[in-house]
Amino acid sequence: MKYLLPVVTAAIFLSSCGGGNDSQQKSESPSTEQPAQTANGNPSYDPNRGTGKFSNVEVAATVDAAKAEAGEKVYSVKCSSCHKLSDEKLVGPGWKGVTSRHTAAWVMNFITNPDEMLDKDPKAQAMLEICLVRMPNQNLSDEEAHNLFEFMRKNDGVK
Amino acid sequence: MIHKTPQIVVAAIAMMLITGYSCKPKSAATSVSGDAASQAYVPPGKYDEFYNFVSGGFSGQLSVYGLPSGRLLRVIPVFSTDPEKGYGFSEETKPMLNTSHGMVPWDDLHHVELSQTNGEIDGRWVFTNGNNTPRLARVDLKTFRTAEILELPNSAGNHSSPFITENTEYVVAGTRFSIPLDNDNGDVPINTYKKNFKGTVSFVKVDPKSGNMSIAFQLRTPGVNFDLSHAGKNKSHGWFFFSCYNTEQANTLLEVNASQRDKDFIMAVNWKKAEEYLAAGKGKKETVRYAHNVYDEKSHSATSKIETEVTVLDVAELKDICYFIPCPKSPHGCDVDPSGDFIIGSGKLASVAPVFSFDKIQKAIAAKDFIGDYSGIPVIKYESALHGEMQKIGLGPLHTEFDGRGNAITTCFVSSEIVKWNVKDLKIIDRQPTYYSPGHLCIPGGDTKKPNGKYVIVYNKITKDRYLPTGPELAQSAQLFDISGEKMKLILDFPTIGEPHYAQAVSADVIKGNSVRFYNISENSNPYVAKGEPETKVVRNGKRVDIYITSIRSHFSPDNIEGIKVGDDVYWHVTNLEQDWDIPHGFAVKGAPTGELLIMPGETQTMKWTPEKVGIYPFYCTDFCSALHQEMQGYIRISPANSNVPLTFSVGTNLPPADSTAVSK
Repeated sequence: MKYLLPVVTAAIFLSSCGGGNDSQQKSESPSTEQPAQTANGNPSYDPNRGTGKFSNVEVAATVDAAKAEAGEKVYSVKCSSCHKLSDEKLVGPGWKGVTSRHTAAWVMNFITNPDEMLDKDPKAQAMLEICLVRMPNQNLSDEEAHNLFEFMRKNDGVK
Repeated sequence: MIHKTPQIVVAAIAMMLITGYSCKPKSAATSVSGDAASQAYVPPGKYDEFYNFVSGGFSGQLSVYGLPSGRLLRVIPVFSTDPEKGYGFSEETKPMLNTSHGMVPWDDLHHVELSQTNGEIDGRWVFTNGNNTPRLARVDLKTFRTAEILELPNSAGNHSSPFITENTEYVVAGTRFSIPLDNDNGDVPINTYKKNFKGTVSFVKVDPKSGNMSIAFQLRTPGVNFDLSHAGKNKSHGWFFFSCYNTEQANTLLEVNASQRDKDFIMAVNWKKAEEYLAAGKGKKETVRYAHNVYDEKSHSATSKIETEVTVLDVAELKDICYFIPCPKSPHGCDVDPSGDFIIGSGKLASVAPVFSFDKIQKAIAAKDFIGDYSGIPVIKYESALHGEMQKIGLGPLHTEFDGRGNAITTCFVSSEIVKWNVKDLKIIDRQPTYYSPGHLCIPGGDTKKPNGKYVIVYNKITKDRYLPTGPELAQSAQLFDISGEKMKLILDFPTIGEPHYAQAVSADVIKGNSVRFYNISENSNPYVAKGEPETKVVRNGKRVDIYITSIRSHFSPDNIEGIKVGDDVYWHVTNLEQDWDIPHGFAVKGAPTGELLIMPGETQTMKWTPEKVGIYPFYCTDFCSALHQEMQGYIRISPANSNVPLTFSVGTNLPPADSTAVSK
């Protein structure tokens, strides 16, 4: 993989909705150290990872119950408006099966870095064509993203 | 419109000065040099170099421009309601406009002053004054929102305000109109001004951490009109200077009767001395009534408290606080140079600007070099306080700012020009026409210890032919001049809101990094917040109905509400669940006789509505939020007052019954 800084950069990338690669903005809000190009025709882009601060997320065999519970609280405030826990689409897709459709890194990159993902990632763009609402950046912390993923796993029946 | 060459225009102005002719100069679009546009040009997507906070005058609001482009960035509602932003219409913001007279939904915002630390702009707050129903406001520059409004007792027309000391220790206010004070009998003949009318000057303490304002003390003064003021700095820190006119104490036809005396006064206030008297218990506590309104960023709500006490120091009894310095003919501007050595009065009806020396004032006071007293206040001999007079500065000098290179720039209202002159040498360096009749002017940091002498912006009172005609009323013009060289060069005109009085500007770097992008919903302490859709609900308590409703791209929850009746007091508590920058949602209900709500991410705002007619009322998001913004809507059903329709609310589940093709009866 060609990412210069594979894991954490300091700040969450705050891109305005639909904005391009504005150099002024970039210089002020540090983004991932990824070259600014789309996934299309870029052989180095890993569609299973997406783009964002997460790459190799370790996933335990069993669900961390405390994290899953914390994740459910985040879901209630920031996600439940648009996502059902079944496979039924509301505004966005239902969450049932999401952890088997995508890797942990891809999910966590998408929920913490939706604007860049929607601009670059083929799977995210395919979903946008169906849902037509760009997923809001709800400014999740890294911890909230981990907790949400544990809650998604629990929702998918992982014990 | 006649175009003339610059030389002719300058000559025409010189003629006016000589003849005292007081009308506007002819148009001089040709006086703009060829490269002016590039100097004011900020390419798309790039930021301006300066923020410019410009008073909105009789709009009651504060406008924010970018410089040098002159682009309007924002209008901050301060003293007037703003239905666009729900300010003064939402339940949370209504208390901001409360006064001892009840809700006063408008004022006349004249001056702006950015907070300072060590005499330099620190970018935390901007203060403004309400001239009509005397008030002071503090705007928080993290949120660009009005954070606090303080009414002033014993005052009428707060004009010489909100100027501050070099560490924002105090923000001042003074009576423009002297009156019988709050505890005096006000039912007196108007022509008893000399006997019954008094002035006050208030020193309002600013908490260095929170910014919260409280009246530390009020000076009781003779009845005159206080006009403008500025604090001393460096060696003159500890002193404040106020211009006053109508020392004739006229109560009618002031245009003539307050212009009789050859000289009025600059009042020098030793506020450190006043502090000593205060600490020594010399102040008299008076029972008065004034509103103090504070906006809380966590509950997203304002509270209004009626304060009942003020401490008064009588400057005729307590010696050494105040001194009068004679100043030619109804002085207006009262400006202190960056060193703090010189105080410049602008004789509004004279063609001279006296420059007073702080050292000489101190010497005169020590030597009791007085020519008498005015209502018990010593009057310093004019010549003893004077550094020198800037002779023939122009007609109607009003206001002065400083370029940080030893020069002053003064607006001359009657002769429609700005004049650059050296403060020490009293020599004129340049004069340029403005279009037309300039009032205030602004150099970034121009009244602080550290001006940035790159630009001056002039705020004109008359626009006439500068813009396309728009009927009888025209936007007042601001004009941007490059002052980096010896000659001042006009580079841009831009329109303003209301009537701009004072303005201040500061390097964007001091402010832009602190700007809040959204409110963290986990910190939202509004009692009616719904933190997520599971917390949404509709609660009836007698005739009061509270609707806890959320918005997120792009639906409301709930969006179908039934069981509400005519005459109910319906409170819509709308929480915006978004947690991203620049995603407000709006909220409006058909027929609701109020403004919209405009709810920032993470915020809760409340609209009160008492439906009067049976029917189905749509509500919708007013701020385009996503591709499905047009779908962001809901319905509320209003039934007769005696109806038994049960209270229900839902989103996504209130589907038609199986036989829905039948037309309902």
